[in-house]
Amino acid sequence: MSNRMDTIGAVLLAVIWISPLLFAVWAAFHSTSDAVNFTLLSPWTLDNFRTAWAGAPWLKYFLNTFTLVTIVLTGQFILTTLAGFAFAKLDFPGKDFVFILVLMQLFILPEVLIVENYAMVSRLGLFDTILGVGMPYMASAFGIFLMRQAFKSVPIELHEAARIEGCGLLGILWRVYVPLAKPTYLAYALVSVSTHWNNFLWPLIVTNSPDTRPLTVGLSIFGAPENGVDISVISAATLMSVAPLLIAFLLFQRQFVQAFLRAGIK
Amino acid sequence: MNSHVNLERRRQAIYGWLLLSPALILLSIFAFYPSIATLWSSLFSRNTRRRPSEFVGGENYSDLFADPTFWLVVKNNLLYAGVTIPVSIAIALAMALWANSKISARGFVRTAYFTPTVLPMIAAANLWLFFYTPGLGVLDQIGSLFGLPSVNWLGQPETALWAIIIVTVWKEAGFFMIFYLAALQTIPEDLKEAADIEGASRWTYTRRIVLPLLMPTTLFIMVNALINSVKLIDHLFILTKGGPSDASKLILYYIWEMAFAFFDAPHAAAMTIMVLLVLGIVAAIQFFYIDKRTHYQ
Repeated sequence: MSNRMDTIGAVLLAVIWISPLLFAVWAAFHSTSDAVNFTLLSPWTLDNFRTAWAGAPWLKYFLNTFTLVTIVLTGQFILTTLAGFAFAKLDFPGKDFVFILVLMQLFILPEVLIVENYAMVSRLGLFDTILGVGMPYMASAFGIFLMRQAFKSVPIELHEAARIEGCGLLGILWRVYVPLAKPTYLAYALVSVSTHWNNFLWPLIVTNSPDTRPLTVGLSIFGAPENGVDISVISAATLMSVAPLLIAFLLFQRQFVQAFLRAGIK
Repeated sequence: MNSHVNLERRRQAIYGWLLLSPALILLSIFAFYPSIATLWSSLFSRNTRRRPSEFVGGENYSDLFADPTFWLVVKNNLLYAGVTIPVSIAIALAMALWANSKISARGFVRTAYFTPTVLPMIAAANLWLFFYTPGLGVLDQIGSLFGLPSVNWLGQPETALWAIIIVTVWKEAGFFMIFYLAALQTIPEDLKEAADIEGASRWTYTRRIVLPLLMPTTLFIMVNALINSVKLIDHLFILTKGGPSDASKLILYYIWEMAFAFFDAPHAAAMTIMVLLVLGIVAAIQFFYIDKRTHYQ
C-alpha cells in the first residue's frame, strides 16, 4: 500500500519536474496559436526551428561554446595536474600555506569579482576573445583539490618502481599518475564542460560580438522581449541550444551522475 | 649522505614551485589580485571627467547603507536564500528517498529529477517564461480552468521574487538529490532490518536513523546552496531584470548593474567586498566547524 503511494508521489513529482521541458517541446513543434491554446490534435511543425535558426548566427555560437569549453578544459587539465601533483606528492617549504591560499579561491567566486576581472581581461588585451572568457577559470582551485586527492591515492610503490626504471619526475607524472587518475579526469571533464556550456554572466560581460559570444549569451539576446520573438520560437531556440548537452546526458546518465558525485564529495 | 638528502630536498622544492607556478600565476591574476584591487577601489570615489578619483575612505560603504535600494536588494537576497535553501534541501531529500526506494519507474523518476541540472539557467528561464506569461502562460491557463483571474507573475512586486525562487529550486533540487542518493546507499541494510525487528515504523526509521546519518551530507549541501543563493542570478536577466521596481533584484545582479549599466565601479566594489566578507565567514564556518564536526565516519 505504502509502496503504491510512494510510486504515485514519486512519479507525480517527476512529471511536475519535467513538465517545463515537455511544454517547451510541445511549444517548439507547434504554431504559436496552437501551442498556447493547447490544441491537442494540431499538426506538428518545424517552422519554429527554421525561424529561430534564421534569426541568429547559431552555428557561430555553437562553435564559440565548443571552442570555449575545449580551451577551458585543456587549460584546467594542464594546470590542475601540475599543481595537484605538487601538492600531493612533493614536499617543500611553504606548501601548506599556498594550499590554504588555493582553497580560499573556492569561496572567492569568479562570478563575484566580475568588475576587477573585467578590468584585468581588458588590460591583457583579451576583451571580446574566447580566451578571455575561459582564462579566469583555468586555475580552478576545485580542480587542483580534486587532482590532489586522486594523486594521493596512488601507491608510492608505483612511483618508486618508475623511478628505479629511470623515469624523471615529469615522466612519472605522465606515465604513472595521469593514467591512474583517468576516472577523476573524466568526472572533472563532465562537470567542467557542463558548467562552462551553461555559464552566462561572465561571458555576457567579456564578449561583445557574435564572433565570440557563446550560446547562452546568444540565446539571451535572441529571446529578449525587445526582439518580440514569440514563445514557440523561443522554445525552439532553447531546445536547440541545450540539445547537445541534454542528449549527451540522456545517453551517459550514469557517468554524469557519478561525475557530479565524485566532484562534489571530496 | 647528508648532502644527498639536501640535494633531494632542494630538487623537490624547485620542482614543487615550478609545477605550482602556472596555476599560482593565474590564481593571482584572476582571484587574489582582483580581490585586493576590489577592496582598494572601494575606498576611492568614481573617476569622472569633471572630478578625478580620490580617496574617500568608507564613503562608498556609507552611501550604500543610506541607499534604500541596497537594503531592498539585501532583503530580497535574504528571502531568496532563506526560501531556496531549506525548500530545495527538503525536496532533494524527498527525491532521494523516492529515487532510492524500490518503486517501479525508478529510472524515469531519477532522470526527471536530475535533468534540470544539466540545463543552463538561461534556458531554464526561457522554459519558465512559458509558464509565467500572463494570459497565454501555462499557469494562467490552469488558473482559468478554475475560474481564477489572470496573474502577471513576473510583472508585479508581490510575486516576481517568488517566481524567481521557484525556478532556482527547480534547477538545484535534482543536483542536491544525487548527494543524498549517494549517502543513502552507504547506509547498511541491517539498520533497516534491525528497525523492522524492533517494530519501528517507517517514519520512525527515517527520522531517527536515516536523517541523523544524512547530517554531514545536509551540511555539505547547505554550504553549496548558500553559495548558489549568491551565484544563481542568470534567470533574472530573462525573467524580470530585477524588476518591477527592484522587487526581484538580487545582490550579484545589482553589482552587475552598478558596474556595467550605471558605470559606478566604486560602489560595485564596495558591494563586492561585502559579499566576499559573507562568503569568507561561510568558508570559515565550514573550515573550522563543519569539517571537524561532521566527518566522523
